[in-house]
Amino acid sequence: MMILKLENISYGYKAKTVINSVNLEIHSGDFIAMIGPNGGGKSTIIKLIMGLLKPWSGKLSYGVRENGEAVNIGYLPQYHEFDKRFPISVNDVVLSGLASVKKGRRNYSRLDKSRAIELLVRMGISELSNESIGELSGGQMQRAFLGRAMISQPDLLILDEPITYVDNKFEHEMYHLLQEINNNTAILLVSHDIGQISSFVKTIACVNHSLHYHPSNKISKDILESYNCPIELITHGKIPHRVLHNHTAHD
Amino acid sequence: MISLFTYTFFNHALLTAILGSISCGLIGSYIVTRRLVFITGGITHASFGGLGIGYFLGISPLVGAAVFGGLSAFGVQYLSSKQKLRVDSAIAMAWSFGMAVGIIFIFLTPGYAPNLMSYLFGSILTVSVSDLIVMLVLAGISTFIFITFKRSIQLISFDEPFARSQGIKVDVFNYILILLIALTAVIYIRVAGIILVLSLLTVPQNLAIMITRNYNKILLFSILFGFVGTIAGLLLSYFLDIPSGAAIIFSLISEYFIGWCIIKLGSLTKVKPS
Repeated sequence: MMILKLENISYGYKAKTVINSVNLEIHSGDFIAMIGPNGGGKSTIIKLIMGLLKPWSGKLSYGVRENGEAVNIGYLPQYHEFDKRFPISVNDVVLSGLASVKKGRRNYSRLDKSRAIELLVRMGISELSNESIGELSGGQMQRAFLGRAMISQPDLLILDEPITYVDNKFEHEMYHLLQEINNNTAILLVSHDIGQISSFVKTIACVNHSLHYHPSNKISKDILESYNCPIELITHGKIPHRVLHNHTAHD
Repeated sequence: MISLFTYTFFNHALLTAILGSISCGLIGSYIVTRRLVFITGGITHASFGGLGIGYFLGISPLVGAAVFGGLSAFGVQYLSSKQKLRVDSAIAMAWSFGMAVGIIFIFLTPGYAPNLMSYLFGSILTVSVSDLIVMLVLAGISTFIFITFKRSIQLISFDEPFARSQGIKVDVFNYILILLIALTAVIYIRVAGIILVLSLLTVPQNLAIMITRNYNKILLFSILFGFVGTIAGLLLSYFLDIPSGAAIIFSLISEYFIGWCIIKLGSLTKVKPS
């Protein structure tokens, strides 16, 4: 099923073009890493997809489910400062991910609530459900936000730099969680470095004002450079070694 | 004390306390959780400009204040969303400009400005029937907005970018709520005065947040604590014969301090889990 299609999308701020004639199609089952240097337009593309920005030109179309409903997109925004003392429980944070599908209806159904509990269990933070969000550690908080992005049972999950402020251990757990999620949800993962991602994702999109789609997760520095997509292929700890290999059958 | 209820002014004050606790409790919770206290202070003081113009033109000073307060609220909201000017600087300018305009026009108004002190320091005992009607309408609007849109308001306050991504009309909420802040602050200038009204909008809420982190309970407790503090201040003012606005604020802060002590004592006596 086609979830999302970007055709010749261009956008910029004031007179400066940030992304130029971008094409991308996302289908069910996809797990795409969107990589590229800071300022290259990755977050801009996400904001366009989420409807937070209107493209200068080009066409953005969303797919339709078999039952005729519009596709639903879950969103984990880039880390931003928020009031750690804000009075909201972890459970309510997760439920707030239903805002776009609930529209005017203001009460959560029993199904919504049981789904929230289910997700908290899946994210491994069920014992924290009544805590204030500010009481959580960075990794736990990110799980709560992932739960918020997943509660609407999206067809596509978009994550904008999800591992920037979390520790290495959580980074690894997060990727395993995403692999599991990918069984029934397409994923678009934005990252400024390729790090561990490569071994988990299926395909790669390089964004540096323009977008180059690489239909494999095996990517070398040469390829990145030929895309004009300068990415540091350096990461901490144990790197899945095929990251640095060229297209070989090694797996 | 029962005899107090035979006085019309006292019954009006009692109704004002009820309506005020509802309006200030609800919008105050938004102000406190979204950290809009400084903006609210700015709007309240800026409304003094409208008060002065009202005196000068011979119209109701509160109408002038409401118009001025509403305009400065929109001005600050516009500037902060467009980021042409730092928000705190914009607030400071609106704050002092409003006060300056107020002083100029009161000075230019021939004769003595009656009731000026009641606007600066509040006077819950002079609330009229028409004031009460305005307060009733405002309390109704606030209650409707908070019951209908509570989740959206909570989500916008907590995480504005995510709220936007969910298709919530964040800008519309921002403007409606800041207008509600301006109207509430200006109307309850009648109770506590320009200088003290900020307490009605922040003290009960902070006491509520100290007790619970549940948004519903914060709304309800803010209303309850606001009501208790206002009534206590009213009685204090009556029996000690001191200005009501100051007495109300004094009792609100005392209430907060007592609550703080109780919570501290409670946590001290609790055995720490080893």
